[in-house]
Amino acid sequence: MEAALFFGAAIGALGGAIGVVAMRNPFYSVLALIVHLFSLAVLFLLLTAAFVAAAQVVVYAGAVVVLYVFVVAYVGSGGESAWEPIPGQRLLAPLLGAALFIELSIAALSSSLLALSTHGPHVNPGFGNPAAIGRLLLERFLVPFEASSILLLLAAVGAVVLAGRKKGETA
Amino acid sequence: MSATTWAWLVLLFPLLGSIVIALGFRALPARVAGIIGTAAIGLAFACGIGALVCLLGESPDARHHASSLWDYASAAGLQIKLGIFVDPLSVFMVLVVTGVSTLIHLYSYGYMRSDEGYHRFFSYLNFFVFSMLLLVLAGNFVLLIVGWAFVGFASYALISFWYRRTTATGAGMKAFVINVVGDIGLVLATLLIFRELGTFEYGQVFARAPHVFHTNEWTVTAICLLLLVGAFAKSAQLPLHTWLPDAMEGPTPVSALIHAATMVTAGVYLIARTHVLFVLAPTAADVAAFVGLATLLVAGTIALVMTDLKRAIAYSTMSQIGYMIMGVSIGAYSAGLFHLMTHAFFKALLFMAAGSIIAAMANRQNIDEMSGFGKAMRFTSATMLAGGLALAAFPGTSGFFSKDEILAYATARGGMYLIFTVLGYFGALLTAIYTFRLIFRVLPGRPCKEAQALIDSGHVVHAHPFNPATGEEEDTDVGFPGAEHHIAEGSAPMRIAMGVLAFLALFGGLVQIPGVDDTITRFLDPVFADSPLAAIHPSVAASWTGLAIGAAISVAGIGIAYYLYVVRPETPAMLIRRLRPLHTFLVNKWYFDELIDILVVKPALAVGRYANRTFERIVVGGLITGTEDVVGGAGRVVRTVQSGFVRSYALLLIAGFAGLGLYFLLSST
Amino acid sequence: MNIDWYIVLSALLFATGAVGILIRRSPMVILLCLELMLNAGNLALVAFSRMVGNQQGQVFALVVMVIAACEVVVGLGLIVALFRRKLPLDVDELRELRG
Repeated sequence: MEAALFFGAAIGALGGAIGVVAMRNPFYSVLALIVHLFSLAVLFLLLTAAFVAAAQVVVYAGAVVVLYVFVVAYVGSGGESAWEPIPGQRLLAPLLGAALFIELSIAALSSSLLALSTHGPHVNPGFGNPAAIGRLLLERFLVPFEASSILLLLAAVGAVVLAGRKKGETA
Repeated sequence: MSATTWAWLVLLFPLLGSIVIALGFRALPARVAGIIGTAAIGLAFACGIGALVCLLGESPDARHHASSLWDYASAAGLQIKLGIFVDPLSVFMVLVVTGVSTLIHLYSYGYMRSDEGYHRFFSYLNFFVFSMLLLVLAGNFVLLIVGWAFVGFASYALISFWYRRTTATGAGMKAFVINVVGDIGLVLATLLIFRELGTFEYGQVFARAPHVFHTNEWTVTAICLLLLVGAFAKSAQLPLHTWLPDAMEGPTPVSALIHAATMVTAGVYLIARTHVLFVLAPTAADVAAFVGLATLLVAGTIALVMTDLKRAIAYSTMSQIGYMIMGVSIGAYSAGLFHLMTHAFFKALLFMAAGSIIAAMANRQNIDEMSGFGKAMRFTSATMLAGGLALAAFPGTSGFFSKDEILAYATARGGMYLIFTVLGYFGALLTAIYTFRLIFRVLPGRPCKEAQALIDSGHVVHAHPFNPATGEEEDTDVGFPGAEHHIAEGSAPMRIAMGVLAFLALFGGLVQIPGVDDTITRFLDPVFADSPLAAIHPSVAASWTGLAIGAAISVAGIGIAYYLYVVRPETPAMLIRRLRPLHTFLVNKWYFDELIDILVVKPALAVGRYANRTFERIVVGGLITGTEDVVGGAGRVVRTVQSGFVRSYALLLIAGFAGLGLYFLLSST
Repeated sequence: MNIDWYIVLSALLFATGAVGILIRRSPMVILLCLELMLNAGNLALVAFSRMVGNQQGQVFALVVMVIAACEVVVGLGLIVALFRRKLPLDVDELRELRG
């Protein structure tokens, strides 16, 4: 049962990822991203990270993707030219990606982290639920929590400044 | 006060005068600057008299004192002191230098009055006197070199006094470069002396030399020859003489002081001072004597055809210094120095008179354009005649006694040295002829335009300022030999100076009449007592015979000049036509300038051009541009990575990451 | 499933995102691929957190999510600014910073 869920979500995530990379139209890439994000949420649930899964759906698939959709709608979805100005890029990129994947896998699989080959230790039922995460955020990780809220504020202000209409512009 | 204290004061006053005038040139009015300058040298002369009195109060053997202010350098066997040496020779030179300088300063006070550079002139002139006194009073070879170099600089500054004239600056550079050649000789000689004898101090050098050197050993001969290089450059002897005629670009007082009375006699002083070394190297002494003789004759022949008044007198200076060098080289020390003294008197006087005439001629110096000044300028003509008679060694004048004393000594030494006597008398004949050639051209006859102007109105002719040699317009802002240099008749200081010198030129020789008195010889005796040559004295009878011959030659020379230039004035032109090649050769100064040009100047310029074109451009430039190219090329290669494509940067990033990962994976196995 | 399956999947997603950045030229899609990579990192974090048995990895993943959101906001603002100035929305065309 768990395996079936895993493989389904995995294929969804992978398919979404490949869709993002391969689709010509940016709008279709955004849609592929949504599929990817939902699949990841399922994977998080499988790893007993309920709150993170919920945050993934609400924040990522909700807010961030909506932002993307808005901008794609505003900017328009133009195609890209097929000609590659940088010599060797089209050839090297997949090779490097493959090299990266293989290296990371080898690093993970042949490491001395023997616990990787297990399901993980037995955890209490409240593992990963909002209460537990909330307690951590407000007790142990208060400073990072507050810092990230300031960061959000900065980002919002920055975006407004960047994209704001300057004097004399019409569009 | 002791003699050395007086000597230090002698050095102090001209230096102070120079500094005060130099620093205060804006504040001091011209008259005050002139008074300060003259007074400084006058005080130095007074202090020289003080030193003389002190010396005379001691016994002859004790008349040498060294005094040092402080140790200049003292390390590892090197002992250089800032010290002076006071003995009859240096006091003699001090008196001659300061005495004649005072009179020349007095003359300049009037002569240079309307010159823009009045203050600069007096400052430089005082500095020159200081340098010359330093040279003469120096107690060791290092300080001698310092004084030597300062004198060279002062000469350069004063020759190029009117520094906007290209001819003046060119002449200054020529003089300086040739003097530097002499300086090299002097420095090398000093280094050799130090290497052989281990000291720079006069007293120690001259005491040790006879014990260290054998006669005619190559070291002492080399030292003496190098000293001679220095002496010849400074005293304008062959072949380093070409700067002296060109040095006439300087103002007339400069010619009178530096190039007649003082600087050019430095070489004579040097040989006299180092006579101990020359006694040990007779070959070098003979070389010096022959060079002096050769200069004497060559300069005499050139002076016969010179048409520029000051240059003719310059060649006469060269010739007379040849006599002096000859004298001190063959051993007639006091005779040579006596001639130095009398020459200072009558040559300075001649230059002063020439300056007066040139001022009347609105600064043109060609004697072909001059005539009749005897009527127009009586005082100047009288003094010029006095100087001329002394130069020509007319019986009774100072030059008569001094020149013939040298020749009498040469006769007394005998053997090979009779050549000097014979040719010396021939030179005396030439001297008389060319001197009176000048006088008979300029003074008698129908007054020229400028002279006529003087007779009629008493005013000097004014002329448009331009340089007759190059035709370029003069820059009147810095002072130039302009229309306002004064004539003697119009300026009391000039007359006083010329009058005193005329008196000395005519009667100054009476201190050393053979058989009657020998003031100079007795005074200088302690200095030269250690030389075997000083023991040779011509007998009184031989001296008087020599004097008689000299008198006859002098009168004959004057007579020949009279015939050629007064009785039959067309004869010179005919002689020139008949002997044209000889005349051209003499007018071109025996082609020495051209010879030096070919031998020295052109190769030096070629080396410089080669260095610039090849070495500098290719090697040095190539090295630098090569480095530049290499760095630029490397940069260009590296720059290709900065293509601006974000994706290629990302590629490099990920490739690097993959590479790192690979490395760590491999190294962990 | 063993944890290492998740790690391998995360590596695969990461590599895919990297290839996407290298290949695509539209800034929009590059940002999307960036999201892929960040999410792959999140997956790895959560998986390790499960392996270790405490929830610190999950908190870390939350913060990463926040940062990703901020970065998306700024990036999209840039794209809008580019569009406003009528510049070509092509990463290869925007290459004035070159040596």
